[in-house]
Amino acid sequence: MPKITYIDKDGTTRTAEAEIGSTVMETAIRNNVPGIVAECGGACSCATCHVHIDAAWGAIVGPPSPMEEDMLDFAFDVKPTSRLSCQIKVTDALDGLIVRTPEQQG
Amino acid sequence: MNKPAPSPTIKTDAVIIGAGPVGLFAVFELGLVDVKAHLVDILDRPGGQCAELYPEKPIYDIPGITVINGQELVDKLMEQIKPFAPEFHFGERVDGLERLTGGGFRLTTDQGTALEAKLIVIAAGGGSFEPKKPHVPGIDAYEGKSVFYSVRKVDQFRGRRVLIVGGGDSALDWVLSLAPVASRVSLMHRRDAFRAAPDSVRKMKELVEAGKIDFMLGQMAALEGEGGKLARVIARRDDNSTFTIEADALMPFFGLTMKLGPVAQWGINLHEERISVDTAKFESSEPGIFAVGDINYYPGKLKLILSGFHEAALMAQAAHAIVHPDKKLIFQYTTTSTSLHKKLGVS
Ligand SMILES: Cc1cc2nc3c(=O)[nH]c(=O)nc-3n(C[C@H](O)[C@H](O)[C@H](O)COP(=O)(O)OP(=O)(O)OC[C@H]3O[C@@H](n4cnc5c(N)ncnc54)[C@H](O)[C@@H]3O)c2cc1C
Ligand code: FES
Repeated sequence: MPKITYIDKDGTTRTAEAEIGSTVMETAIRNNVPGIVAECGGACSCATCHVHIDAAWGAIVGPPSPMEEDMLDFAFDVKPTSRLSCQIKVTDALDGLIVRTPEQQG
Repeated sequence: MNKPAPSPTIKTDAVIIGAGPVGLFAVFELGLVDVKAHLVDILDRPGGQCAELYPEKPIYDIPGITVINGQELVDKLMEQIKPFAPEFHFGERVDGLERLTGGGFRLTTDQGTALEAKLIVIAAGGGSFEPKKPHVPGIDAYEGKSVFYSVRKVDQFRGRRVLIVGGGDSALDWVLSLAPVASRVSLMHRRDAFRAAPDSVRKMKELVEAGKIDFMLGQMAALEGEGGKLARVIARRDDNSTFTIEADALMPFFGLTMKLGPVAQWGINLHEERISVDTAKFESSEPGIFAVGDINYYPGKLKLILSGFHEAALMAQAAHAIVHPDKKLIFQYTTTSTSLHKKLGVS
């Protein structure tokens, strides 16, 4: 199973095994990784699953869809590397992915 | 300051706090047993989470309906409760709830509405939907004086330098309404694309071109001022360079989030931020105050619309006993009961 690493605002690192086809948000919630709230449960309508994609992974993960880009307007500290983790589907290509959770979600 | 005249107290059988799917269906169940209801919701429309968080997502576990999306379910519930003519108070948050000495309850909203009822049904779901507060250090100190998440009176911005942050309808609507009133309106957004209605975006761009308002790309980084009075906002561009915007009023629009809010202050027993209820009447620790839907807790509770509907039906039986203590409640089916048909307007 692909492994995903979450780095929180204090620099604490947590790595979780992700199921193919699930999302980066679901993987965090299932593994009790803090820093991701996911108030809307993955409906792309709350922006409380915001993450910054590690620079090395940006091209592999790809850019947000237009709907996700709109939703990012509701997030704080949005950067060019920002994504909503509920919109990132886990594939084998994402094994080793590193994401950072922002200071505030909601 | 001219205060709005206090409106007379509204009297009714039941007040339902929250117009989410469960609050709406509670109107139906109460209506069948002749209990009249008013609903209060801080949102400006019915539907709670279904309408606010997933209007276009499919729901697959409403019994008898293979698939229905969030907004469709809300529309159908509104249609279903029409015969009972519920009265809605939208855009109001219930702040106060107290027991009256002569029996019943008095409930007050942040808009000064007062309601008196024989019983209260709390259907507050995940809490009230409130504006998200940006994470800018020290912002709390400015709230109410210089930082506003909603506008009640346009006049309060007369002659002020207003910075509005966001790219949705709320942000753009306020840019357009405040432009003629404020001494200067600036709009800041993180990108040069807007979710707001195209017509508002066009009008905003015309004002920018005419030099009447300013638009800048960026995000808030810090606030400067004294004693709750804002002087300027420090903003950051994508390349991390910073710039300063002179402003004495700031309005950030970052959508809504659910907060338990005033429910916690009403002296009702809670279990992990939810209201503990029994499973026969769904009554809280306070007799006459019921809790249904996502806001309640009991062993085995599932936060499902289906469960909330069931809870509403049982709650209504207990509500009948409070409102019509001298009438015996006869169990009836909507299919065959002529008296229920009359209430539903299908006879
Ligand atoms: C993405 C997503 C998908 C879901 N899918 C399903 C599904 O498939 N099946 C299912 O059964 N459930 C589903 N749910 C859960 C379902 O939406 C909830 O169980 C349901 O909305 C609960 O209804 P409710 O009326 O109790 O509360 P809510 O829908 O939360 O409504 C509560 C209302 O009360 C208002 N309120 C609270 N406090 C106050 C106050 N003090 N003053 C004024 N107003 C107040 C709020 O503003 C809100 O409008 C889903 C939820 C989400 C987020
Ligand atoms: S969980 Fe709500 S947008 Fe991702």
